[in-house]
Amino acid sequence: MPSATAASPSQSICLSLENVGISYGSSEAVRGVYMEIPHGKVTAFIGPSGCGKSTVLRALNRMNDLIEGCTLRGRVLFDGQDLYARDVDPVEVRRRIGMVFQKPNPFPKSIYENIAFGARINGYRGDMDELVERSLRKAAIWDETKDKLKESGYALSGGQQQRLCIARAIAIEPEVILMDEPCSALDPISTLKIEEMMHELKKSYTIVIVTHNMQQAVRVSDMTGFFNVTANADGDGKVGCLEEFAPTEQIFNAPNQQATLDYVSGRFG
Amino acid sequence: MNTISSAPSASQPPLAFRRSSLAYKPGLARNRWNLAFTGLAAVFSLIAVLPLVLVLAYVLIKGGSLISLQLLTSLPPAPGLEGGGIGNAILGTVVVTLIASLIAIPVGVGGGIYLAEYSSSGPFAQFVRFGTNVLSGVPSIICGVFIYGLIVATRVFFDQSYSAMAGGIALSVLMLPTVIKTTDEALKLVPNELRWGAIGIGASRFVTIVRVTLPAAVSPIATGVVLAIARAAGETAPLIFTALFSPFWPEGVFNPIATMSVLIYNFAIMPYEAQIALAWAASFVLVVMILAANLFARWLGRFAQA
Repeated sequence: MPSATAASPSQSICLSLENVGISYGSSEAVRGVYMEIPHGKVTAFIGPSGCGKSTVLRALNRMNDLIEGCTLRGRVLFDGQDLYARDVDPVEVRRRIGMVFQKPNPFPKSIYENIAFGARINGYRGDMDELVERSLRKAAIWDETKDKLKESGYALSGGQQQRLCIARAIAIEPEVILMDEPCSALDPISTLKIEEMMHELKKSYTIVIVTHNMQQAVRVSDMTGFFNVTANADGDGKVGCLEEFAPTEQIFNAPNQQATLDYVSGRFG
Repeated sequence: MNTISSAPSASQPPLAFRRSSLAYKPGLARNRWNLAFTGLAAVFSLIAVLPLVLVLAYVLIKGGSLISLQLLTSLPPAPGLEGGGIGNAILGTVVVTLIASLIAIPVGVGGGIYLAEYSSSGPFAQFVRFGTNVLSGVPSIICGVFIYGLIVATRVFFDQSYSAMAGGIALSVLMLPTVIKTTDEALKLVPNELRWGAIGIGASRFVTIVRVTLPAAVSPIATGVVLAIARAAGETAPLIFTALFSPFWPEGVFNPIATMSVLIYNFAIMPYEAQIALAWAASFVLVVMILAANLFARWLGRFAQA
């Protein structure tokens, strides 16, 4: 199945960015991004700090709406539908495209309630116990939490909290999961667990992950987008842009751009 | 090679400062000044808490001896008679403060939510913040006169003039700025990650605020509310024009009502021993109630750190 979809990428585009540019107030963060993120794959965004990869990620489920003065040009299509069209409800977008953040942010509630909260507000009518168990199992944290579901989410370690947050995102059964450097605050063992989990998750979800760790991009992703910072055309200031977007093997072994080669071989950044 | 550094230490240049032993010398000028200013600061801080201690002690001595069940449950005596209590005033203070809280808490918490969650830097929010600061500086007697003109003089409530309702509204005006400000500040302390977490799984703004943000800030908000109530319960000036006074048990919220602060104000200047004694007893009860509220607020605030 994966090879079949790779052979015909045009049929399986999940998210499509067309000439996307994003600004915070008057300063431009990223411009001219064209990208087609395939269904059922893990897509990684890599690049130096300040190149706008997190900004682009947050644009994919309209989290940037929460930042005052943030504006987007161009179009973001999700299954062919423009996410920024006038009649689109951002809350509905985020129900279909979930997000996991850099810092684990469980709610100050019990582990069980952390999972059940999202399902409940989304009108879940089924067996809640079953959903909680399924979500925790998918996030590979069931064995560690099954005996303490009533305890606070804060009682878990950092790596466990992050997997709890992933379970929370999975519980509402989104189609896409966005992860903004989900392992940057975690130890290598927890990171490994989350990476293994991502291999399982991509069977049922499309995953987009921002990472600073190039080895991680190689390990988990099928497609990689390399973002870079370039000097602004009109003089001072810097702006991010998508340098290259290709299958991960190509990015790391035979990139088309010199900047990509320099970055992945550790010559800068 | 380097002849200077290899020279014996005896040839070092004379020191610019006089070296003395490391032992502490109390006679030195700097040590004497240090001691003097530490003492001065301690004296001033003692003077600062002196009024509190004296008020508590004085009220306790004058009013504490009169505390009895009868004091808390019976009506004040007619002028010239002995005995009686301040039961109606205690009940009245509770009623008026309750009315004030019922108005000020929803409006204040709602306003604070608007400021912190919906419009944190717009011109309207800045105007509201500025207005809140100004309102908190308005003298309480002005609030009383304002409500007198708005409600008492116009007889809007069932053609009644002075009423518990008018007193409650006057106190709510005093409580509002405190409640708005503490709600605003408490919500600003909630980490943004928590809001993103809820919004990132498809929660609407309303659900995020009601189910995630507000519960995370409930302890400091409750503290602010209790402090506002404690302040309002002790106010006299706004009640003189609005709730007036009554020597009887409360007859409903649209009639004049007795309150402790106004009872103290009225009875303390009367030429009767019994009334003056009751004023002292009421002072004691009021101080204890407000002290208890403040301690309760501190206890609530403790959950914020937990």
